[in-house]
Amino acid sequence: MNTINNNTDFLLSIENLTVSFDGFKAVDDLNLYVDENEIHVIIGPNGAGKTTVLDLICGRTRSTDGSIKFRNKELTDMREHEIVREGVGRKFQNPSIYEDLTVFENLELSFPRGRSVWGALTFQRDQDVKTRVHEIAGMVFLDELLDKQAALLSHGQKQWLEIGMLLIQDPELLMLDEPVAGMSVSERKQTAKLLNEITKGRSVMVVEHDMKFVEDIAHRVTVLHQGKILSEGSMAKVQADPKVIDVYLGH
Amino acid sequence: MTSIKSFMSRQELIGILVIAAVLFIIMPLAMDIFRLNLFGKYLTYAFVAVGLVLCWGKCGILSLGQGVFFGLGGYCMAMYLKLEASTPEATAIQSTPGIPDFMDWNQITALPWFWEPFNSLTFTLLAIIIVPAVFAFIIGAAMFKRRVGGVYFAIITQAIAAILTILIIGQQGYTGGVNGITDLRTLKSWDIRTDEAKYILYYVNGALLIAVLLLSQIVLKSKLGRLLVAVRDQEDRVRFSGYDVSNIKIFVFCFAAVLSAIGGAMFTLQVGFMSPSFVGIVPSIEMVIFCAVGGRLSIFGAVYGTLLVNWAKTTFSETFPELWLFGLGALFIAVVLIFPNGVSGLYQSYLAPLVDRVVSTGKRKGRSDTAPPPSSGFGAETTAKPAE
Repeated sequence: MNTINNNTDFLLSIENLTVSFDGFKAVDDLNLYVDENEIHVIIGPNGAGKTTVLDLICGRTRSTDGSIKFRNKELTDMREHEIVREGVGRKFQNPSIYEDLTVFENLELSFPRGRSVWGALTFQRDQDVKTRVHEIAGMVFLDELLDKQAALLSHGQKQWLEIGMLLIQDPELLMLDEPVAGMSVSERKQTAKLLNEITKGRSVMVVEHDMKFVEDIAHRVTVLHQGKILSEGSMAKVQADPKVIDVYLGH
Repeated sequence: MTSIKSFMSRQELIGILVIAAVLFIIMPLAMDIFRLNLFGKYLTYAFVAVGLVLCWGKCGILSLGQGVFFGLGGYCMAMYLKLEASTPEATAIQSTPGIPDFMDWNQITALPWFWEPFNSLTFTLLAIIIVPAVFAFIIGAAMFKRRVGGVYFAIITQAIAAILTILIIGQQGYTGGVNGITDLRTLKSWDIRTDEAKYILYYVNGALLIAVLLLSQIVLKSKLGRLLVAVRDQEDRVRFSGYDVSNIKIFVFCFAAVLSAIGGAMFTLQVGFMSPSFVGIVPSIEMVIFCAVGGRLSIFGAVYGTLLVNWAKTTFSETFPELWLFGLGALFIAVVLIFPNGVSGLYQSYLAPLVDRVVSTGKRKGRSDTAPPPSSGFGAETTAKPAE
């Protein structure tokens, strides 16, 4: 583990991060920084290690080497729920919501209170909770559907619900894995608007393939290839980079 | 939201009242004491089935070793009763008077240390709760903290059931071996073998079952109840919402274990003995079938499922003893293929709407945990629902 005390002003700083699966380095000596209030998009070809980076940050995958610091706090040796409690939220690629529960219950379970067994037993659905659930449901376009069973939502609505479940936790860093995959054009536009709105006061990391969408939202783009950074910078700079055109964007 | 809530609790209230009426009024009037005692024995399995609803149905943790906890509760009770039955006067004929008879037969000359505290009824009653809870906690912590789940967990619990059976049989000087602990007579000098005692024990058992149902209802109604379902559906999402999933699983596993143990203790009191044949793999799987037939999502269904399967077992095996196991197997296959949500699923699909109309003019339940079963199951249901 990297023990050098190299604190930074970045919200998230990833340094010399490596993970190898049976010798295969999915992420190789990666350095990546996320600023406060930044929308940082990671793009790259399949197998570049984009999702793995998110997995490493949120503790789903354990790193082989390197450090991940969130507000100068080391995350690599913390457990998943502790990382969440530090203020890192993660949305998965496929909408992962509780299908047997209603939209309201989905959001309520994500409300950051009563997270211990005893806390959950004694949890009261008070005005605070209701107000917050309604507020978030409004943001993710689901305020009319609070009593609906989540399994009955459309694919796009499920994606929004999961984003809502993260928003209600008010994370300082929100990680989204392909948030618009499988969405219709109009849903995509709404989602871009949503992201621009929710990013106020927090940082967002997005993994995405849809270049149009990336252009709409990104402040900064990192292109990954074979676990390493190929290019980094503004969308325009990255798009003009011959290396990126070569391996990813195509001529 | 509130109207749905109150409506649901009304339906659940009806569920509890119906069960209470069946237990306290209908059955005692309809049966002689021999049959009622048998019925009381079935009810002790219902404690296990209710625990399985929370653990398996709601939270998705299939335990094939609930017999272990049933046995622990039952043995704790049996040890106390056996010590009371083994006074020096009653056992004067033994080479070492004052110890249980099976110890004497196995050349044990002093009461083993772990039997000593079971001279106290208070200790025994506490042990019935604490021993299985601690044991479940150890198993749960060892498994769930390491993210062992699904079939692996089921197999391990089954192995534990096998191990405990072998241990009990092998250590017959300390446990009574394959015969178990038999010839239990009195509880604080109160003879538990008389008809009157059997009536009283039956009612105590019924009251405890109602209490357990209410307690389970409180858990299911709390946010923890919804979390259990969430863990079953999307374990990762729960974890990445800031919950320690293993703690939730450990809690529900311990809860189910304690319920099973209460059932086991009441079994010993009503039947008058405890043996390893209620601990091992076969009884543990039978208990899962009780729960599955009742519908693994409903605590009320679990009670009916238990009664139904046991009633079938008794009537069927009185006439065709060798065919019963085939019948049980067929029943299990039928539950899986035809009505996956058991009796309660059929009730929800066919009878609940009728009950709604009769009882309430309010809104229908907006959603249900159950997929509607194919209509082929309907015929089986009408005959298979004696208690409604």
